[in-house]
Amino acid sequence: MKIILKIERFNPETDTESRFQEYTVEVAPTDRLLDALITIKQFQDGTLGFRKSCAHGVCGSDAMRINGKDRLACKTLVKEVADADGDVVEIKPLRHLPVQRDLIVDQTVFFDKYKSIQPFLINDEPVPAKERIQSQEERMKFDDTTNCILCASCYSACPIFDKNKNFLGPAALSQGYRFIADSRDKGFENRLPELDRPDGVWACQNHFKCTEACPRWIKITKRINQTKKMIQNHRKRKGESINDGTTD
Amino acid sequence: MKHEFECVIVGSGGAGLYSALETSAGAKTAVLSKLYPVRSHTGAAQGGISAALGNREEDKPEWHAFDTVKGGDYLVDQQAAMILAQDAIQAIYDLENRGLPFSRTTDGKIDQRRFGGHTKAFGQGPVRRACYAADRTGHMILQTLYQQCIKNKVVFFDEFQVIDVILEAKTCKGVIAIELATGELHTFAAKSVLFATGGFGRIFKITSNAFANTGDGPAVLARKGIPLQDMEFFQFHPTGIKGLGILITEAVRGEGGILRNNAGERFMEQYAPTLLDLAPRDMVSRAIMTEIAAGRGMRGDKKIDDYVNLDATHLAKGVLEAKLPDITDFCKTYLGIDPNNTPIPVLPTAHYAMGGIPTDLHGRVVVDEKGSIIEGLYAAGECACVSVHGANRLGTNSLLDLVVFGRRAGIHIGEYVKTIDFPAIPSDAAADAQTWIDRLTDGKTGPHGGHMAEEMQTVMMENIGVYRNETGMALAVKTIQNLRDRYGDVRVQDFSKPFNTDLLELIELKNMLDLALITGVSSLYRKESRGAHSRQDFPDRDDDNWLKHTLATLKGDHVNLAYKPVDTSIWEPKPRAY
Repeated sequence: MKIILKIERFNPETDTESRFQEYTVEVAPTDRLLDALITIKQFQDGTLGFRKSCAHGVCGSDAMRINGKDRLACKTLVKEVADADGDVVEIKPLRHLPVQRDLIVDQTVFFDKYKSIQPFLINDEPVPAKERIQSQEERMKFDDTTNCILCASCYSACPIFDKNKNFLGPAALSQGYRFIADSRDKGFENRLPELDRPDGVWACQNHFKCTEACPRWIKITKRINQTKKMIQNHRKRKGESINDGTTD
Repeated sequence: MKHEFECVIVGSGGAGLYSALETSAGAKTAVLSKLYPVRSHTGAAQGGISAALGNREEDKPEWHAFDTVKGGDYLVDQQAAMILAQDAIQAIYDLENRGLPFSRTTDGKIDQRRFGGHTKAFGQGPVRRACYAADRTGHMILQTLYQQCIKNKVVFFDEFQVIDVILEAKTCKGVIAIELATGELHTFAAKSVLFATGGFGRIFKITSNAFANTGDGPAVLARKGIPLQDMEFFQFHPTGIKGLGILITEAVRGEGGILRNNAGERFMEQYAPTLLDLAPRDMVSRAIMTEIAAGRGMRGDKKIDDYVNLDATHLAKGVLEAKLPDITDFCKTYLGIDPNNTPIPVLPTAHYAMGGIPTDLHGRVVVDEKGSIIEGLYAAGECACVSVHGANRLGTNSLLDLVVFGRRAGIHIGEYVKTIDFPAIPSDAAADAQTWIDRLTDGKTGPHGGHMAEEMQTVMMENIGVYRNETGMALAVKTIQNLRDRYGDVRVQDFSKPFNTDLLELIELKNMLDLALITGVSSLYRKESRGAHSRQDFPDRDDDNWLKHTLATLKGDHVNLAYKPVDTSIWEPKPRAY
């Protein structure tokens, strides 16, 4: 069938603001939306800019807004967004990150926030001769968070950024949980200053938009709430108050 | 812009990142990546990484090394295979200690499962050797290594595409790369360069490989006269999703999945009576194509796109969800089926280059049969050829290759750069790269690359696939030569500097055309069947004439072939049966 892709375009060399361009493209209902974009680039318009790599939802390159939802173009089938000939699919770049060209956004801030939560195992105890022992039950506590491909769909979906661009964001926070919930990790207090602050976990207001958007089924909002609970319990044990920006 | 580093690593998959961890400890290191590093294709590896830990049953590195040699149809260099198997054990513990969340046994150790071609006691039956993290083992390796690079403050140049390498007087002095965000050319002067650019499955129409897998490293070196080794050996993974080529991990069969033809028969009983569905990949791929050709594919029409079924419907409840969640998701997303209830339609998919840039055991690039090296030039991972995979790689050995030889190269580079001064590089080092880009963007109208890429991929898939013959391969070579001629006329449609992905794809197209030619010619002239190189006109392995590695050197429009011996110092080559 023939569908119309209405794509938001921006070239910093020639445009002062973004504009929409429509392409008609022949597709099968079971094609990926990424296939449609590639068909345009390969055979209609080589100037269209978008990122792609694995094309099956594991590398995180092609997150974009498709009909108002933050999704991976390679994990979205045509039939999910268009029913019949002539249907229009609107495609825009992710929100909350600067557009560099067409559907390509600058992810520097996104990765800087990820790096700020020290996303690596912290454990200064002597390295054992073999593996550290961890039960499958302990491992499953953070299993879903290890699925994260850092695609930034959640970052675009989160409404908190509309008012607070300094919020650490869902991806960084869920990756913080990935380590503090790992029985092998000893870095809870190292990460506490970054997590326990008004722009950290406490900025989250449980909109669940991140969880809805995540293409890797991570219970992001739940993990942020569990992190809040861990911080509260830790502070309570020490007789301290949390740093959520409110004053008693 | 000009930069100076003691070590430049091109590529940020498993091999590049592991090397960077080693080199950055003592040497000023930069990692160049055409993607954001966590997007690298290591992250798509699913099923496992092997090591003879013996966590589930008795196992030995010698058994692992032997399986690797036999799996590679005796084209493996045997001391290298022994190092791979021996270093594997500590490599796995290192990854675990650095935080990799492996799936666990009931007593909290790293769990292990079965995989194709991995056996106990030199072929007595399958062994549980593959360590895994559900079915995203590669993803977890890539994440863990990237996290460690963050911890160690490794310097990254994200979205930089390598264009050229600076070689003078048998010494490597740096690379030229284009920054995608700005279109600017950068010159990186370096005491050492490691290429870890991954595979080039995109030369084929149906592939499990990412769009980024265009063989940039091997192509750049081939154009500088560095020979590429054993390029005729390209692995077709037996179980790609029909039509799409998306990988369905061998771990489905490791957990008990069975391949069936249109009569519902477990046809691997006919081809590999001992290992059955867990025979090495080349044998399983041939079995599938043989069944289809005999009219026993699911449609039964003998056409090339007929398929067979991978049946996991009998697995215990919960196995797919717990151990193979991504596979389950791929089936639901792309096929609209639940593999718990419906068999998965599969066909072989172009998956892995056994060949590549020839190296020694320290990752140093070796340019001839005498073992001559280029000072300061290294390669590791899929783009390299040690050779530990020979004519056919065993499942899980690719991830292992990355960490073992990425680490070894990194250690060697760390020592090497202490011994030399920074090189003086010529002022016109970027001239060739600039000329190329200027030509593609000179404003003339020419053919667009899209159609040419498609033609290359189709002719390679149809003629340099699972089964090959003289006529088909000669046709492929001729077609690729013609496409390389036509490449002289291609031009971009996009004349902008920032994120000119049109230009990027034309650069990648050139790389793929060069590698397709080398692959085609190397294949055409190997007149035997061995591992993944299976000829209808020469169906047998011929050790008397062909127990040797191919070295293929690009010379203009042609490829010159030379050969070098295989290390068979441990096990005498024998007929390969499973």
